[in-house]
Formats: sequence, C-alpha cells, structure tokens
Amino acid sequence: MVDHDQTTVIQVENVDKYFGDFQALKNVDLTVKKGERIVVCGPSGSGKSTLIRCINRLEEHNAGKIVVNGHELTSDVKDIDAVRSEVGMVFQSFNLFPHLTIIKNLMLAPRLVRKVSKAEARDTAMKYLERVQIPEQADKYPSQLSGGQQQRVAIARALCMNPKIMLFDEPTSALDPEMISEVLDVMTNLARDGMTMIVVTHEMGFARSVADYMVFMDNGEIVEMSPPAEFFENPKSERTKLFLSQILSH
Amino acid sequence: MSFDLALIADSIPKMLTGIGMTFSLWFLSAVLGLALAIILLLMRISGRWYLAAPTMVYIYIFRGTPILVQIFIIYHGLPQLEFVRESIFWPILREPFGCAILALTLNTGAYVSEILRGGVLGVDRGLKEAGAALGLSTTHRFIHITSPIAIRLALPAYSNDVISLMKSTALASTITILDMMGIARTIVAETYAPYEIFISLMVVYLVLTWIIQRTFGWVEKRMSRHVRSEATDMGRYVARSEPTDG
Repeated sequence: MVDHDQTTVIQVENVDKYFGDFQALKNVDLTVKKGERIVVCGPSGSGKSTLIRCINRLEEHNAGKIVVNGHELTSDVKDIDAVRSEVGMVFQSFNLFPHLTIIKNLMLAPRLVRKVSKAEARDTAMKYLERVQIPEQADKYPSQLSGGQQQRVAIARALCMNPKIMLFDEPTSALDPEMISEVLDVMTNLARDGMTMIVVTHEMGFARSVADYMVFMDNGEIVEMSPPAEFFENPKSERTKLFLSQILSH
Repeated sequence: MSFDLALIADSIPKMLTGIGMTFSLWFLSAVLGLALAIILLLMRISGRWYLAAPTMVYIYIFRGTPILVQIFIIYHGLPQLEFVRESIFWPILREPFGCAILALTLNTGAYVSEILRGGVLGVDRGLKEAGAALGLSTTHRFIHITSPIAIRLALPAYSNDVISLMKSTALASTITILDMMGIARTIVAETYAPYEIFISLMVVYLVLTWIIQRTFGWVEKRMSRHVRSEATDMGRYVARSEPTDG
C-alpha cells in the first residue's frame, strides 16, 4: 500500500441520519486520512449516497459528529460554503449547468468563490479539460456531449476548485456501458496523483485496483471495512458474502 | 348589413392616434409589473412566513377578482379617502392614467410572480446541489443557476401574460382614457357604426399581439439554444438505437 501522510481529513463519528421515520444512517463511524481512497459499496438504499452527501452537508446529519478538513459540520452557513469549496463532488446524473457552455461551467465557481481573474479561471479550466481529454468541447453546451463526456466535464469542474477531497456518488451508474471506462480511467489517474477520494460505486474492477479500503454498507450501517484483497478474497460478514456473490456472479 | 369601407379607412388612422397611449399603458405596467413580480417572488420564496403570507394573500386577491373591478376601486374608490388625497401619491392617483397604470401593474404583478415561481420550482434540484457542492453561496446559486434556468422555463407563460396585459389596457377606456379603445368608442358614439369600427380595432390589436408573439418567439429561440440541441441529440440517439432494439 502507498505510504500516506497521516493527517485525518474526514472524521465521521456515531452519525445518525433520518428521513422522516426512516433511519438512513445508523451510528456510522469512518475515518479518512489524507491521500486515502475509499470505495463504498452496498445494496441500494443501504445509505452509501446519504453518507457521502452528509460529508459535504447536502444532507444534514441528526446525531453524531462530522469533521472535514478541521471544520465541524454544523448549521453555521459560512463555514459550510468554505468546507464545500474544498470538497469536490461528482453526481450520478452529472448535473452540469445546462445554460452554460462547458468552459463556463468550469469557470463559474472559481470566479465566484475563489474570486480569480477571468484569464486565470479560463487557463485552469482548459488545463483540467485537457486532463480529462476533451478540450475541444470547451465551447459546446452540456446537452451536446455524450454522457461519458459530460461526467468527465463534471469531474474537471470539481477539480477546478482545487479540492482536497473528491466525493463520487455512483459516477458511472447513469452511463451507457461503452462510456464507463473513459470515466473510470480519469478517476484512476486522479487516484494515482494522490487525491483523497471516497467513491460510491459497484465497479468492482476499479475498486480492486484503486481502493485502500473497501466499505460495505447495508441498512444504514457499515458492516465491513477492509483492504480490497481481504474484502474480496475473505469477507467476514455473511451479508458481505451475499452481496459480493450477487454482484460478481455475472 | 353593408360594410362601410370608407368609414373603416377613415377611422383606422384616428384609432391609431391612440396607439401611443395603448403602448404607454402596456409598456409601463409591464415593466413596473415585472419589478413588482420579482419582489413578490423573493418574498414568497424567502422561507419567512411574515414575508410569504402577505404575498400569498395579495396574489390571491388580485388573481381572484376582475381587473375591471380593481380599476374602478382605484379610480373611483381611493380618492374618497382623505389620506390618499393628502399623500405624495395624489398627483399620480388624481389622474386616470396614473390609476390605470397602478391597477394594471398590481394585477399583472400578481400573475407574473406566480409564473416566475413556477419557473423557479421547475429548476432541477440536482443543479442547485451541484452549485452548493462547488461552494457557491445561496445568493450566487440563485443568481447564476436558478434564475437563468427559471427564466427560460417561465418565458412561454410570461409571453402569454404580456399579451393578456396588452389587451387589458383596453379597460382603461372605462375611466376616460383615450387609448385606441377609448377613441374607438368615441367614433362609435358619433357614427353608430359599431361593426366597422370595432372590427377594425380587432385587426389592430391582432397585429400588436402578433408582433409581441414574434418578439418573444425570437427571444425564446435565442435563449434555449442548448435545449434545441438536446432535442436533436435525443432524436439522433433514438434513431441510432432503434435497430439494436429488435
């Protein structure tokens, strides 16, 4: 395993989350150190997305404590915007701004939040578009791109804020099969560069090659957490074994 | 019944002398009404009950009563109140034109704020979340993400309201204003030729409606270039995937 700086960047302690009467997260604990890549998997409705949405407070947790980059997530709004600008997020449905061209999608947040100059924002945007290999699409609108291209733009958009942590919420689930690998390649490169990542995904090939830890969730709980070799070869919990047999059988 | 074409030819230019008044009524109340609508919208979606509740009552009253009644109350009713006569607004409210503008503005403001709210509610939640995840403040998200998308969504309904407002200006003729309708009524009173005059008037209003429609059509087309390209992309996608379905 890669030698990591040991700073803790995300600390989740005893977190509960309710949607009405439904408990989406039950007493969840998770510690992520700088440079670690965590892959979260589990059946649908198990709380994986809720967990990472709580980390940048798109959902508010009801009990417990979440600390991100040294900021505890509370209802103090100013703090939240600061935390979010350091935490990139990639959504299942891309969520590119449909009324802005690709380059403007990338420039918006650096201009407004970081207050960088137009020229600098453009340079940064082009740098990341080149990194995700679609600089030629800069002046198109999102709807003119394929799903795989849109998701790569979404990753580039998050990277333009120079985040310390990247969260991926099922980034390939909405993609046609032939487009999945182009997105996973970008994510793999990002992992190689040392980005701290939490990835919710069912792409087990990606998980095996990239993850430092696998987290398996079911019914709002973290059932098992272990390095991929151990997780895939020798899962401890029956629920993990069942899930793996279902997902790896085809 | 025979149509007096000479009378039509004679009266259209006369009615057109009122087009400036019709245009002023329409344009001023459209602009002021839009400003009012935006204020009402912000109050309505502020999440504060003491701002939202009065707005809801206001909108309910102005959408729930005839605009003609609203014009009469403002023109005939307000001057009865002494504090209105003594207020700084009296120079405006003393004039029929001021009353007509006020009534049309208050009425269209109520409708347009609901139209805009529909647009705001139609904006995909995921886009606002994406803005939030990038660290944009609530205000920045509203200005740069929600508003531009909401405006595009609201535009077709808004253009209907602008047309409806243009036609409502004819009601100002009931409080002595000589817009196109007011002039037409005067001519009818002199000539006893309602068909010729009112049918010519209809044609003039139709032309105005057509101009407004075309203008909004052009704006919509320009503003939704990205949506059109999506439609053609979808078409291409469906066409391409069809053979593999079988």
